[in-house]
Amino acid sequence: MIIIINYGMGNLRSLANAFQFLGEKVKIIDNPKEIERAQKIVFPGVGHFGEAMRSLKTRKIDGAIQTRIHKGIPFLGICLGLQLLLEESEEAPGVKGFGVFKGKVLKFQKVKIPQIGWNQIKIQRKTKILKGIQDKSFVYFMHSFYVKPSDKKIIVSQTHYGKDFCSTIESENIFGVQFHPEKSGAVGLQILRNFIKL
Amino acid sequence: MLTRRIIPCLDCDLGIKGGRVVKGIKFKKIRYAGLPWELAERYYKEGADEIVFLDITASYEKRATMIEIVEKTCQRVFIPITVGGGIKNIEDAQKLFKAGADKISINTAAIQRPKLVQELSKAFGSQAVVVAIDAKRRYKKGRCWFECSIYGGRKFTGVDAIFWAKKAAKLGAGEILLTSMDRDGTKQGFDLELNKKTSEAISIPVIASGGVGEKRHFLEVFKKTKVNAALAAGTLHFNKISIPELKKYLKSKGINVRV
Repeated sequence: MIIIINYGMGNLRSLANAFQFLGEKVKIIDNPKEIERAQKIVFPGVGHFGEAMRSLKTRKIDGAIQTRIHKGIPFLGICLGLQLLLEESEEAPGVKGFGVFKGKVLKFQKVKIPQIGWNQIKIQRKTKILKGIQDKSFVYFMHSFYVKPSDKKIIVSQTHYGKDFCSTIESENIFGVQFHPEKSGAVGLQILRNFIKL
Repeated sequence: MLTRRIIPCLDCDLGIKGGRVVKGIKFKKIRYAGLPWELAERYYKEGADEIVFLDITASYEKRATMIEIVEKTCQRVFIPITVGGGIKNIEDAQKLFKAGADKISINTAAIQRPKLVQELSKAFGSQAVVVAIDAKRRYKKGRCWFECSIYGGRKFTGVDAIFWAKKAAKLGAGEILLTSMDRDGTKQGFDLELNKKTSEAISIPVIASGGVGEKRHFLEVFKKTKVNAALAAGTLHFNKISIPELKKYLKSKGINVRV
């Protein structure tokens, strides 16, 4: 059973559909009690970094998420859900992210934003989350900001858009992808399948 | 590097129970092509980069049928889905997003009330808002310009298409879906002048539409203009061109596509 966290940022239907298509049960949750019991969490999100943090606080689910991450259960951040794991973002100066990873979220410079469309992931090393995925596979992106973690070891794929940026991170139980696996065809489904199998 | 996208467009007639994909010619004559969610799944499996559903009936009573189509499609199709036709406000859009749509496309309502573009992009993000423009060539003192039409090509507005594209981008549109009314259904190729001028005038992606009949038409529009994507309907529905074959061809000609 996968728990998808709902904090009012974006549509979760497609994500739930993708897991169901793969034969996995999903539950969409918006309260701290049920998050505390979760065994596997997907943290999606589309929208503004500052508003997302505000929404998580209003729903009182930020603490519960932190606790589960530190407990070591498999955790997958998608798009804004990945960005929120860092300390701060240029999108909302002064707003603190979860700070699970040291580093910042930066805005693309000198390229069309948002980046909308299919781009390639250059896989940096063997990983759990990208198992069975070919190097330079195409995935679907839809974003204006990207993560720059201080610890380069957690970067497991990079993508080129004006310059190379981090498109996947992996650190023990914590995973994050900047693209949308639920919209990335067979490659995306393989990534979700990898997460189910953890 | 971002790829150029190939997007099948499914024009849906919701007057028939469950909805049917139809193909119009120059916005008028109609042929039936199949069930919306079945065609969408076929294109997904063949390697389409996105799917566009357009409700050509755009009638208020039939809105629920489009929502069912989107819901059904999203259970089995895992690429981005855009829905257009008759969307007038945040509430209409919200229902489609909830059903699983990733983007909505607006046309008539946006020209009538440009602020709608701003409202939608604020509520759902620019990436989720496509402004569709149906443009027709006009000649004034030997000079060509492009006029926007609304209500599925039934009414003309006097608005210049490129001017409107620029304004829509400023208001927060994430993409422009640009259809040439002169070329639609003719299989003579995209209107290169329209697509070139528009894609050079704005910094947001342009989706070229109307007129494709051969593989080389896709190559032409990608080589000669800055459009990011090309839309096709009839040529794909009736098996004239298959997506895998088209993408292989484009790649061999040096166009960056997802294969």
